[in-house]
Amino acid sequence: MQGQKRPRIEVMTGNDACAEGALAAGLRFFAGYPITPSSEIAEILSYRLPQVGGAFIQMEDEIGAMGAVIGASLAGAKAMTATSGPGFSLKQENIGYAAMAEVPCVIVDVQRGGPSTGLPTLPSQMDVMQARWGTHGDHEIIALCPYSVRETFDLTVRAFNLAERFRTPVILLMDEIIAHVNEKVVMPEPGEIEVYERKMPHCPPEEFLPYKFTEDDIPPMASFGTGYRFHVTGLCHDETGFPTNDPVQIDRLIRRLNRKISRHRDLIVEVAEDQLEDAEIGVVAYGSTARAARRAVALARQEGIRVGLLRPLVLWPFPDKEVRALAEKVDHIIVPELNMGQVAHEVEWAACGKAAVHRLNRVDGEPIPPQDILQAIKEVAR
Amino acid sequence: MIDYTKYLRISKFPLIWCAGCGNGIVLKSILRAIDKIGWAKDEICMVSGIGCSSRTPGYVDFNTLHTTHGRAIAFATGVKMAKPELHVIVVTGDGDATAIGGNHYIHAARRNIDMTVVIFNNNIYGMTGGQVSPTTPMGMKASTAPYGSVEASFNISGLAEAAGASFVARGTVYHVFQLDKLIERALLKRGFSVVEVLTPCPTAYGRRNRMGTGVDMIRWQKEHTVSVQEAGKLTPEQLQDKIITGVFVDVDRPEYVETYQKLVQSLRERAQKH
Ligand SMILES: Cc1ncc(C[n+]2csc(CCOP(=O)(O)OP(=O)(O)O)c2C)c(N)n1
Ligand code: SF4
Repeated sequence: MQGQKRPRIEVMTGNDACAEGALAAGLRFFAGYPITPSSEIAEILSYRLPQVGGAFIQMEDEIGAMGAVIGASLAGAKAMTATSGPGFSLKQENIGYAAMAEVPCVIVDVQRGGPSTGLPTLPSQMDVMQARWGTHGDHEIIALCPYSVRETFDLTVRAFNLAERFRTPVILLMDEIIAHVNEKVVMPEPGEIEVYERKMPHCPPEEFLPYKFTEDDIPPMASFGTGYRFHVTGLCHDETGFPTNDPVQIDRLIRRLNRKISRHRDLIVEVAEDQLEDAEIGVVAYGSTARAARRAVALARQEGIRVGLLRPLVLWPFPDKEVRALAEKVDHIIVPELNMGQVAHEVEWAACGKAAVHRLNRVDGEPIPPQDILQAIKEVAR
Repeated sequence: MIDYTKYLRISKFPLIWCAGCGNGIVLKSILRAIDKIGWAKDEICMVSGIGCSSRTPGYVDFNTLHTTHGRAIAFATGVKMAKPELHVIVVTGDGDATAIGGNHYIHAARRNIDMTVVIFNNNIYGMTGGQVSPTTPMGMKASTAPYGSVEASFNISGLAEAAGASFVARGTVYHVFQLDKLIERALLKRGFSVVEVLTPCPTAYGRRNRMGTGVDMIRWQKEHTVSVQEAGKLTPEQLQDKIITGVFVDVDRPEYVETYQKLVQSLRERAQKH
């Protein structure tokens, strides 16, 4: 790439942007198993990764792909996998492993309709709860949700930065519309992209504790083969990384795993606000549905309705404070989404009865058109 | 004499393995082979799945990774691709490698990715208390095969051979000098290498099948195994109740990581020309 300057304006899909964002963030290893509508991410990276000295492998299944990603990350590579609904389910056991063993990695789930093989080619937002609670055990998770092609690029970079910073798996929840829509994108200059590298230990190897309790709850991480020999397991472990059945150690570990994310939630949570200053009605929407919601809000404003949009870019940890603040400001909150109300439920919980929460759900494989959201706004405005 | 303590995490002792379990013999054999070759501890990454045998990495002072059940080879694939200079050794049980992990096992052999897989074959699921495994011989009892297994069993070595491994061998904990050599050859082999080790589980397998103590089970190995060379001289009748040991495959095939790196190199060169 040296010498030739990339054109700053490109037309690309969300899947393209995800692959390019990952490379910009320093991706060096990708393992995956093809599944619609995520396959293009693997296809692009099979082409691009060897060009930059990285490695791509198409594994025999999603479980193996997730395992390989964890292995590569422990060996020091920024690593990612991409999949959709059923494949996401298969990865869950190893996503839990990554949470427990604190292995930074990015899992892209381009959501499709379910349950089961469901609707392979049609949009849905049905994996919000799978992202949060898909694996067994109790741990926090980070999940990001882009609503445009350019935002997919940015949030992919952010997913890597959060993974490396918090030593944790991070999920990028896309949907079929974002994955496949072609959009004009003004690409950021390489210098504009902030890239975070994992915190390494500086102590002598014999003093290294791979799961050390530190001020910020995030232990520095060495890579295999760098002179720090350590043990990694999915079992409950102490600071040395070796299994323990000691209730005190177990409690300390599980609480720290949760705390290292929950206490930093303000650094992680991100919402975009649109015309909320004087709003009496709020719409909470994310992913492709937020595009329709923006349009609906604009149309309603033309009719003099005071409505605004709160758009979470980060779904987990859930932006509860932001939703609560909205609920205190407006009388009604409308939550359009392509599922039976997975985020509406969270909004209701966060709103604490301060505003009426209205669901607008679509599960037939079709996107929610702006007109439907506009109508819902008008109904509550009456 | 090798100083085992050099490689062991003595503070993690005592081992979780039962008295009479063969796993410790396999572990020592692996350490002797590594010592003979002379690899530094930092150059080695040992990966395992879940099971009694898969606890091995916890006891050795390498870069060690205890993964999820059946997925050791998949994790190891990522380690090897991200850091090809590491010597990757997978230790796994018969259930771990060929039941839940069977898919990864055959595909790693097909790719011929450079790693050595040592399979502790005790014909049973030890850790979970003696359930039937894909290698439990037909008719033998297990906690989930109370009337004797009604399934045909896998030939672990044959599976690797058919799938394309570069080196495949079977040894026993009785023939421990031979085992050292088999593991050494496997470790030095460039490509996917497998050593299937027959090892007794007196607790979960032997007891239920009235096979006696660990020592009795090891004696059984002596009486029921023949080397590949001897086997060639025997009739099918004579071979009927015998297990063949030795090297089944030792071939050179393109290795996966090396092939991939060549591709990366050629793309680099092409980019420089333009
Ligand atoms: C996904 C999953 N399924 C089941 C188990 C339970 N489990 C733990 S070890 C094991 C069998 C181990 O048998 P084997 O691989 O032969 O090893 P051994 O204990 O005999 O050495 C099983 C079924 C698990 N840990 N994870
Ligand atoms: S149950 Fe069997 S395999 Fe497991 S430690 Fe005991 S003897 Fe060994």
